[in-house]
Amino acid sequence: MNPVNEDDLHAYADAALDQTRRLEVEAWLAGHPEDARRVDDWMEQNRALHAAFDSVLNEPLPLDLVRAARGRASLAPRWRGAVAAIVLAATGLGGFFIGRHTVEPVLIAALPRDAALAHVVYSPEQRHPVEVDAAHADHLTAWLSKRLGARLAAPDFTALGFELLGGRLLPGGGGPVAQFMYQDAGQHRVTLYIRRASGQEDTTAFRHAVENGIEVFYWIDRDMGYALSGSIGHGDMQRLADAAYRQIGR
Amino acid sequence: MSARIDLIEHIPRLRRYARALTRDAALADDLVQDTLERALRKLDLWRPDSDLRAWLFTLMHNLFINRLRGDARLETPLDAAMAVPVAGGQMAALGLRDIEAALAELPDEQREVILLVGLEQFGYAETAHILGVPLGTVMSRLSRGRERLRQRLSDAPAVKLRVVK
Repeated sequence: MNPVNEDDLHAYADAALDQTRRLEVEAWLAGHPEDARRVDDWMEQNRALHAAFDSVLNEPLPLDLVRAARGRASLAPRWRGAVAAIVLAATGLGGFFIGRHTVEPVLIAALPRDAALAHVVYSPEQRHPVEVDAAHADHLTAWLSKRLGARLAAPDFTALGFELLGGRLLPGGGGPVAQFMYQDAGQHRVTLYIRRASGQEDTTAFRHAVENGIEVFYWIDRDMGYALSGSIGHGDMQRLADAAYRQIGR
Repeated sequence: MSARIDLIEHIPRLRRYARALTRDAALADDLVQDTLERALRKLDLWRPDSDLRAWLFTLMHNLFINRLRGDARLETPLDAAMAVPVAGGQMAALGLRDIEAALAELPDEQREVILLVGLEQFGYAETAHILGVPLGTVMSRLSRGRERLRQRLSDAPAVKLRVVK
């Protein structure tokens, strides 16, 4: 085997080695305790960085930044003061609630787009994918139900290989939004996005959309809108969506 | 529209990096905003087959460097940054303040590498590309930065251990 050098040690700490080399470095570290201590400390540094700064990922996005990302940074100056304190979470990108009086009905067209966006923002998170984890499932559904003003239950996808990870509450264009997140044994994640319908939308059949590579199955059931997002293959997505649709409609 | 959606999805990570880099929430968000505005202006320069996230971090690095040259505020560690709220976690042993304080003492070029690799999980080659330096430079900055953090962080608990009743 090639001699282990300083770069290998860093790559080991950063999990950047292939399997073969990783095992070689591991064996070498077993005989070099001083280097093993250094590598441990570096890994501890990485963990400490995440512990110190990952909370930023969960902060609502300042409206100024969302606007800058949408190319509307130079909005009429009269708005500036009024909106300075308003924050907009990632899912509220519709920007529909710039003023208190301008809440537009959230059209069903926005549902898959907002759901896909919430999916891409939160599903890659390793440390904070959810606000409340599935170990507190009762608390989770009670809390989200209360905030949405409707009785919610997280569908059970166990039979399809997906376990509930937990959920979070997000601000949306038409009020609070609940997001449940599921994960399978291969760490693939799907999210179920639930919000109140505007009241002008009738119960719909299943619809399907692809938003930036994310597949979304969505529907309105009575006064709630649901959207299941993921990128795990069309057949699997369809099976999960069918299960959610059946369980929620009961 | 799709490009804009892509930009929004990158905001949380840009904010995390900027916060860790500048140790000041307001400065950090200014930096993110400038980055997004520049990205939109230059979007036609971005090659769709390349990594958008890495490109955004490249823009942010360049803006950060420009600010370092023009804005003295960024050159001194800011006490206010130490009051940034952090989520409760299991890291109390090492101490969140400790890592933030130790990070603040690193030279900017080492702090950038430590954060891009350790926090943002870019590969070494990607980090080199973002910073516009050779791979060897990234590795030596990483090595020196991590050893400095080690010394700084191992000093702290040693003091606590010496407290005897």
